[in-house]
Parts: sequence; C-alpha cells; structure tokens
Amino acid sequence: MQRIGVFVCHCGTNIAATVDVKAVAEALSHEPGVVISQDYQYMCSESGQNLVKDAIKEHKLSGVVICSCSPRMHENTFRKAAASAGLNPYLVEIANIREQCSWIHKDIATATDKAIILGKAAVAKVHLNAPLTAGESPVVKRALVIGGGIAGIQTALDIADAGFDVDIVEKKPTIGGKMAQIDKTFPTLDCSACILTPKMVEASQNEHITIHSYSEVSDVKGFIGNFTVTIKKKARYVDEVKCTGCGACMEKCPMKKVPNEFNEGLNNRTAIYIPFAQAVPKVAAIDPNYCLMLKNGKCGVCSKVCTAGAIDYKQQDKFIEQKYGAIVVATGYNVINLDKYDEFAYNQCPDVVTSLELERLMNAAGPNGGTLLRPSDKTHPHTIVFVQCVGSRCDDEKGKPYCSKICCMYTAKHAMLIREKYPDTEVYVFYIDVRTPGKNFDEFYRRAVEQYNVHYIKGMVGKVTPKADGKIDVQASDLLANEQLHINADMVVLAAAIEPDKSARPLATMLTTQMDTNDFFTEAHPKLRPVESATAGIFLSGACQGPKDIPETVAQASAAAAKAIGLLVKNSITCNPCVAHSDELLCNGCSSCEKVCPYGAITYQDKEFRMPDRTTAIRRVASVNPAVCQGCGACTVACPSGAMDLNGFSNSQIMAEVDAICK
Amino acid sequence: METFTYYPGCTLRTKAKDLDSYARSCAQALGIALEEPSDWQCCGGAYTTAKDEIATKLSAVRTLNAAKQAGNPLVTVCSACHNVIKQTNYDISNDEDMASKVNNYLKLDEAYTGETTVYHYLEMLRDVVGFDNIKAKVVKPFKGKKIAAYYGCLLLRPAKVLAMDDPENPVIMENFIKAIGGTPVIYAQRNECCGGYVTLEDKAQAQKRSSNVMNSAADMGADMIITACPLCLYNLKKNSGSDLPVYYFTELLAEALGLKEDTNE
Repeated sequence: MQRIGVFVCHCGTNIAATVDVKAVAEALSHEPGVVISQDYQYMCSESGQNLVKDAIKEHKLSGVVICSCSPRMHENTFRKAAASAGLNPYLVEIANIREQCSWIHKDIATATDKAIILGKAAVAKVHLNAPLTAGESPVVKRALVIGGGIAGIQTALDIADAGFDVDIVEKKPTIGGKMAQIDKTFPTLDCSACILTPKMVEASQNEHITIHSYSEVSDVKGFIGNFTVTIKKKARYVDEVKCTGCGACMEKCPMKKVPNEFNEGLNNRTAIYIPFAQAVPKVAAIDPNYCLMLKNGKCGVCSKVCTAGAIDYKQQDKFIEQKYGAIVVATGYNVINLDKYDEFAYNQCPDVVTSLELERLMNAAGPNGGTLLRPSDKTHPHTIVFVQCVGSRCDDEKGKPYCSKICCMYTAKHAMLIREKYPDTEVYVFYIDVRTPGKNFDEFYRRAVEQYNVHYIKGMVGKVTPKADGKIDVQASDLLANEQLHINADMVVLAAAIEPDKSARPLATMLTTQMDTNDFFTEAHPKLRPVESATAGIFLSGACQGPKDIPETVAQASAAAAKAIGLLVKNSITCNPCVAHSDELLCNGCSSCEKVCPYGAITYQDKEFRMPDRTTAIRRVASVNPAVCQGCGACTVACPSGAMDLNGFSNSQIMAEVDAICK
Repeated sequence: METFTYYPGCTLRTKAKDLDSYARSCAQALGIALEEPSDWQCCGGAYTTAKDEIATKLSAVRTLNAAKQAGNPLVTVCSACHNVIKQTNYDISNDEDMASKVNNYLKLDEAYTGETTVYHYLEMLRDVVGFDNIKAKVVKPFKGKKIAAYYGCLLLRPAKVLAMDDPENPVIMENFIKAIGGTPVIYAQRNECCGGYVTLEDKAQAQKRSSNVMNSAADMGADMIITACPLCLYNLKKNSGSDLPVYYFTELLAEALGLKEDTNE
C-alpha cells in the first residue's frame, strides 16, 4: 500500500489569494493512499523543505505530491529534498497550481476546484511512479562559439584561458564584427580598432582557439556535453594556408565595382578582397557573385599575380564535423532596413545616412580617410541633424517595440566628435527621451550638451525633403517650445534600430533554443540565468540576446564563458532518467518510432527470441540509446503496438492522471 | 473580359469629368468592363469619418452591396471615394458591432458583411491588367518626360487598411509612369497632404501645403505631376502658385494608349 504525503504551498499570496489552500489540503487528504496532507506558506523555503523531509521520515512516505509552482521552477528543489530524506527523487510529483491555476483565475471557488483536480491527478500519477536512477554521460571538453564579433572573441578567449579548446565559426571572411567598423567608443572615446584588433590577433594566436572564418553552422545534433556540429566552410577560392595576405590580387583585380560591405557600401572593393587591413585571418576571399572568372570563366588575373599560388577557382564548400560539450551563441545584430522610413528620405538622398555609415565616414580607415565629407559632393557639412529612435520604440508593426539602447550614447558621441573636430558645424539632435544609464554615461551626454553646445531638441523629425541645391530641409517639432522647425541641413544621420542577425532564427531551430517575438534569443531566466538558454549546454553572448553596448557585451561574453567552463570542467553530467524504453516482446519492428525521433536515439537490431513452441525466432526490435534520448515522448505516441513507454511519464501514469481529472 | 462594378463618385460627375471619362475609355481598351450601379450615392466622404458614425457610412455600404449583388469586385478611381469605401468595408469586416448596426439600418435582403473586394483603379491596372500588358499596348509613350507622381494623403493611408503600397516609400504610381514610357521623379513631398478641404477655411495653409508639393516636384526636375484625386488637383492648380502642369493619371494613360489628344502641347 502506498503512503503518500501531500504538501500545498501558499506561495505567499501568489497561490493563497486565489486558491483556498486549506480546502485543497483537506480535499486531497481523502484521496487513496494519502497519509498526510498539509499546507505551508513557502514550501520551497528551508523550513518548508524540512516539513517535507520530516514527513517522509516520520510517515515512511512512498510518494510525495507538492501542489505549488511550475515544475520548471522547483521540481529539482523538492527532488533534492526527498533524496536527502532517503526517498527516490523520482517519487516526487508536482501539481502546478500557480502558473496553471492561481495566476490565471480570478474566482476563488473555480480556482480551488481546479487546484483540487490537479492535486488529485498528481496523486493518481504518483501511485504508479517507479524509482529511477539517473545515469551519467561524458562531457566533450571542447566549446563552439557561433559568431566572431567582440562577444564571440571575448567568450572564446576566456574559455581558452581556462585551458579548453574553442572553435569560432564566423560567416564573414574575417572575425571582428561590428566593433571593427566603429571609429571611437563611448564613454571614453578611445579608438575601437586599437582595443579590438589586439584581441583578434590574440584569438588567432591562441593555441586553444581555431577560427573557422567564412563558415556557417549547418547542422547540430546531440545534447549538453555531447553536441555533434556540422560546419560548412564556404568556398573562398583561396587556399587559407598558402595565402600570405599580401594584397597583390586586390591591386590587379579588374572587377573594382563591388559595394564594400565593410564601409557600408559607401565605396567599392574588388571581387577578390580582404575586408580590411587588420582582418583575421588575413586571407583573401573571392566574391563569386562578382568574380569574372567564376561567373564566365574569363579573367584569371589574380591567379597569375599570386606568387604563393593560393588561388583555387575549383574550391568547393567543405563540411566538417566536430564534437562539442558546450555551444555559445554570439550572432550579434544588424541595423534595420530603412525602406519603410522614407519620410527621412534615406533612399532618396545619399547625404541621409545611418549612424553606422557615419562611423565609416569618420573613420581614418574609411572611404574619406577620416575627413567628414558629404557622400554626394564630398564637401564639408556645416549643419548636421541627428534623428534618434528611427524604428525603435515603435507602436506599430513597421518598427521595433523595444529601445535599441545604444543609440542615445553613440549619437552623443558622434555629435561631440563632430563639434570637437569641426567647430564651425552646427549639430542638432532630435530625441524622444535621452536614455543614458551606465557608468559615466550621463556625464558623457551632458558634456555634449553643456561643453560642446550640441542642440538637443525634444521632438521628432516629421519629414526630410532633399532639395535640388543639395540642401536638405528637415521639418520637425520642438515639443518643449511647441513650435514647428525647419532646419536647412547638409546631412541627416539616422539612429536606426538594431535587430538580431538574420541567421539567428534558423540557428535557434537547429539548437532547439527559444527566441522572443523580436528574434532575440531568450535567456533561461531574465534575472537569475541571464547567459544560459533554456536548452541545456547552449549559452548566450552579446547582442543576440538583446540590444547591448560594448561594455555590456563583453561582460556577458565573459559570463557566458564562465558558464561554459563550469560545464567543460566536469568529466560527466547526470542524465535525465526519464527516457523512453521499448518492450521488445511487444515491438513489431515497424520503424514508426525511429521516424519521429528528433534526436536519432532509436536504432533497430535483430534479436533472437524463444517462441512459445520452444523454437527460436529472429525478430527486428527497437532499442533506445538512453544517452541520446531527451524524453520528448514522440515515440510513445507513434508506436502502434504500445511497446514504447517513457520512464516517469508512462502511458499508464498519463491515463491515471486523465482518469483522475475526468472523475 | 473582366467585369468590375465601377463607382465614379460625385466629383467625377461635375468637376473631375476627365478623371472619369478617361478611366472608362482606358478600361475598355484594356479589356475591362466597367458596370456602373444604377442608383449610387455619395461615398460619404463629405462627412468626417468618425469611428462611431454609422449614418454617414450607409451610402458606402450600399455601393459595396451593389457590387456584391452583381458578383463583381468594386473599382473606384477618386482617392477620397476609395479611402472612404475601403475603410468602411474594412470596418464592416472587422468590427462586428459596426456590421450589425449598419445592417440593422439598411435591412438588406441578405446582410452585408464585407464580401466585396475593393480595388483602386491603379491597383486594377497593377494586379488585374498588369503594367507589362499596359506597356505592350502603349502607342504614344511619354518618352523623356519626367513625371512626378503625387499620392497625397488618402491613397495610401491608413496603410493597414488601404494595403495598396508602402505609405512612405510607394512604387505603384512610379511603376505606372514607367509603363506609359515616362521617367518617374521621386520627390520627398509626394505623399504629403495638399491641404485638402482646409482651403475653405484657411486658404493660406492650403497654399503653403500645395506649394510645398509643387516646389518639391519642380525642384527635382519634374515636367508634370499626376494625381488620382480631384481635390488634390484643385489645390495644386489653384492654390500652389506654381505653373507646373497637373493631370489625372487617367488622362496620361488615355493619351499613351492613343485615346486622347496631346496633353502637354
């Protein structure tokens, strides 16, 4: 006979305000097998847990039901408590009467009835629970970092520093990301390249780090501690080992009209190219969309001038497979497309630029060698208007609902740098709010206003009208003075919203991690687990998780590395024992389960069976690899003969729950 | 031959006869039959389109229902009529309360619940005829002519309801201009308001708005400007102080198809 203990939690008022917890405890005390039924204010607290532990010992409980919050929150807490009192942890069941009951109901009577039913279902299930023992699975001591911007570089360096091998997969021909494009960084105004490029070099020289540039993750299999990842190394048509990065090919390449991505399309590059002088690896790549040789087989100039013999027009995409214990996502961000914002005339006028384009226009390695000139006629702009929140904090579908977070600070930086370098230039900044929380951030913004006399105007720009004389009419409202303004500007700079990189969504599918509605990766807990994804073994670094500036990105990158190292130092991890198993006597070898298994955990083997008439037959039967099975249960539903069953969630347990609910 | 129920609207019977007559002749030439309902009324555009006003929207519903009875999609050409009718149709389809009130008033044999598809003439050209087919039928292309499309405020907004084109970066009229052989001129004020009815109360304001539009188009080198809206045409011609020629888009289409004498000379 089972001896079951029921423990109903108030969760302060979270549950008790909507559910009559005493009535629930009372009602469940009459369920078969229940020997003790209690309520307590905070069951997860130490004294609450002691209540459970003492009851297990005192009443020699064979099963425990906790009516509380979601099992995602505290199942582990109560399993541990049970284990410490000598009860197998898998004999604990949680009835979720908070998220699935008290939080969503208003009426106390209805909520109480529902809580009782959920409690009864859990009691019915725990009757059939069997003790389970978790196995162990080894941890591959190698990490994968997806994305080679400052987030990915920092994470990789920190993991390598702890002595583990790390691979960086970067889709562009060089690592460095957005930070490589930036001129100066706030709030110290130090040179971005000067602090980034040494880290890039460090990453390339570190014996523990392998950089797969111009590569993408094409497949991910496995689970925490044991991922198998396929990396697609895109054909760059240049032998990475032979190329010395001399640049002779770029000088001679006849196809010189390719928009230069590194300079945001503000100038052109050649079809064979090294993105920028400090690229890592400093190896050329041929752009197949523009190369004359690859497109129509006529040219071959680069292979003639290459003294290293590195050019290989016949190179193919290569796929490599590698095992990893941990994966860190660092896919970063992009600036949104501004087609829907043509009230700012971005598509009509070359002198209306994004802030990232302005970075390139002001960068010493940019298209103008660091002199700020208008893209249209290469003259000095004397009046510049900055527009904040372009596409951020939007209340309609065309923009993003969130604050892009970095724009207030970089706009203050741009305004200040321009006033410093070109004091004859008038600078206007239109803002909704100026948001500058952060160490030394507000002081920085105030310097722009007070010391550099940047005109900060609260209000939004309504219309930007480019004129034939090259000037730009900016119509805006000054909300504080309550007046309409027309500014005759030379340049307009748009602080465009940032969004996650397009590669993030398919990657999230491959990794089975969650994203929010804006395609930012979702952290396991917004406060307490900010750098882990909800999928075990996948960690988040940088702007892929939400808009972030460089200091914050680096902090999160190191935090993600610390979490990954915490996993990699373990020799093995405890597996989930709630995995599927097949009853070989019932299995008819139909392969239905194998087809639905998303993890490839099911294989078939031919086995000898003794038949009733004492003959021997060979039958094909399914077997589950418990180290690979994730316990999703798809096979148990697909199996036509009922041979597949899931530990901890057996068909009979689920049916018992349903029966209890429907009674 | 595709058949559309054609709603001209009041202004097309009086001040904007050109917009109407060329719309009809061009449709015929392009293989579209336009059927005018016998007893149509004003679209309701003369009233404020308040969300809770039912009475002013009933006439628009009668037109929509006439198209439903005929089993045709509905096509309009005046920007204002199109805006009112399409918005009313949207409200009826998406707001049950409004739909039931309207039907309680009208007492139709069968309730109208937004069944009719509403096209603007430009959308009909783009989606039913196809700009490529128009291009093939053009006999007098506007070669070398720099034509500025003027959308005004009513044709594209509210974008979710009108669903014709991107309200800030539209291309439909520019593609139309390319189809009749002209060169479209992109200018920033093309989707700004001309001043509309404000001309009755505050002429100076309408003058400012419409001259902004005309100057911006002229500044970008336009030879002429085209519109789909009688009120826009009025403001641009009478209030802007500019001598840039303004035409209905249907006039240019008719000329390109060889159905009309020269516009510009």
